Amino acid sequence: MIPDLAWHDLVNFENYGALLPLVRNSLYAGAALGLVGGLVGVFVIARDLPFAVHGISELSFAGASGALLLGTSVVTGSFVGSLVAAMLIGWLGVRARDQNSIIGVLMPFGLGLGILFLSLYDGRAANKFGLLTGQIVAIDNTSLGTLLTTSAVVVVVLAVVWRPLMFASVDPEMARARGVPVGVLYLVFMAVLGCTVAISVQVVGALLVLALLCTPAAAAIRVTTSPVWMPLLSVGIALLAMLGGILLALGTAIPISPYVTTISFLCYLGCRLVGGGTARRAQKSVALPSPQ
Amino acid sequence: MSAAAVELVDAELSFGRRSLWSHLDVRIEPGQFVAVLGPNGSGKSSLLKVVLGLLPLTSGQVRVAGRPPRRGNRTIGYVPQHAGFSVDAPLRGADFVQMGLDGGRWGLPAPRRYRAAVADVLTQVEARHLARQPVGQLSGGEQQRLRVAQALVTDPSVLLCDEPLLSLDMRHQQRVVELVDKRRREHGTAVLFVTHEINPVLAATDLVLYMMDGAFRMGTPDEVMRSDVLSELYSAPIEVVRRHGQIIVLGAETAASSHHDHDHRSLDHRPHPAGRR
Repeated sequence: MIPDLAWHDLVNFENYGALLPLVRNSLYAGAALGLVGGLVGVFVIARDLPFAVHGISELSFAGASGALLLGTSVVTGSFVGSLVAAMLIGWLGVRARDQNSIIGVLMPFGLGLGILFLSLYDGRAANKFGLLTGQIVAIDNTSLGTLLTTSAVVVVVLAVVWRPLMFASVDPEMARARGVPVGVLYLVFMAVLGCTVAISVQVVGALLVLALLCTPAAAAIRVTTSPVWMPLLSVGIALLAMLGGILLALGTAIPISPYVTTISFLCYLGCRLVGGGTARRAQKSVALPSPQ
Repeated sequence: MSAAAVELVDAELSFGRRSLWSHLDVRIEPGQFVAVLGPNGSGKSSLLKVVLGLLPLTSGQVRVAGRPPRRGNRTIGYVPQHAGFSVDAPLRGADFVQMGLDGGRWGLPAPRRYRAAVADVLTQVEARHLARQPVGQLSGGEQQRLRVAQALVTDPSVLLCDEPLLSLDMRHQQRVVELVDKRRREHGTAVLFVTHEINPVLAATDLVLYMMDGAFRMGTPDEVMRSDVLSELYSAPIEVVRRHGQIIVLGAETAASSHHDHDHRSLDHRPHPAGRR
């Protein structure tokens, strides 16, 4: 009965109630990440930045693994890595034309650095793997404090700059003519993005940050383009993916990230199915007045 | 004498040692439609940026309704070159138009705060049906019509259009020109309309401002669009032919490009100061 045994090892919800308090920190972290991830994601897709997010998370991974090797704070390391990457991309790649190639150059460099640091590190293997694919039990009170503070700052900054940032994202030329400081806002957003990636890497891992910073918003825009409902739906999907992912991962031996990515992917599929129909209807109604 | 809608007095704009134009005197009265013509790099877009307050004059004066320009001036409407926003942004037609009113203000989105003003301006440009459409999914002509609406929503006394017809087909070009023309007739809005092609705007044009390598001529289309005037401006033989109410300018493009080959002030060899052509 080896298959049975293996399955039982993998999925075990017997002591679920007893396990819950152990992940209380993770649930708080997951809620905060769902909120900021869903909100930041709105601009990630509006500015077409998913590739930048991936690049930033690889450098965040390099920073975190460098910190692991040096024995300093992994949180600080991932912040340094992602802020450096975000500012480089923001500063060098203001013009979208060279932006992608800059990211394409930075990303393998960051990943290579991270792998170098990890292979030099001889501590627990779980630490290494966690940086790439995420972990839920590793959140102590200090890192939770950092995560919640960063999330609060990100939410406040976004609330202040939301409208001009959206204007600058959609129509920079017009925004500039209306006196919006387009360049400054871009750097502010890249800093916000860097901070969000840094705290996300802690929980969902460097490879899967996009499931939190891109998928929920990309799903939400399929269903609604209301400036109010779309961000709220994006946050809802991100929360569902994070909290659902943590609660499911608790009962199993599988890391959190496959759950988060699968839930957000299923939400995306669902939103495409719902939204695809409305898009077709809209097209049809536009096409109607044309001469027969 | 009441204040002109836009006035430049002995204005000069230069970047470093390179002068884009100088001794520019322009006076535009309320309700006038001025077509700004000239080859690439002659400083047409920069002229609009000066009026918008985005570029400071090197010398001379510029006044908008009697006052110096400043960034974000709501008495100026601006329609830029069409560059499609094919973005996945949570914005519908009405939200996009509303950004003309509050897009520059800090804070969270408040859709429908200016419902009446937005509905009114959408009616003016006959785009009410676009109010609830996602902006990223609209056609180029529809997006450009929303840009006109956004420019008009602050009820401007001056409307600046920077090649708004580029990359639009003839039918949509006509629509945009009609909307702008109707606006200035009904509301006395002065219009500065930068364009490559005079013919789409010819019927609406009161005055032509023709700019060429630092020199310029201003007057009615009949005064400026003449073989002798343009030949003098280009320092090369230019022939202007009028047929069926259309104006065809022959030789201007070759004259402009050969001019650029020999002239080191040519802009085409240097990065454009404003970052775009």
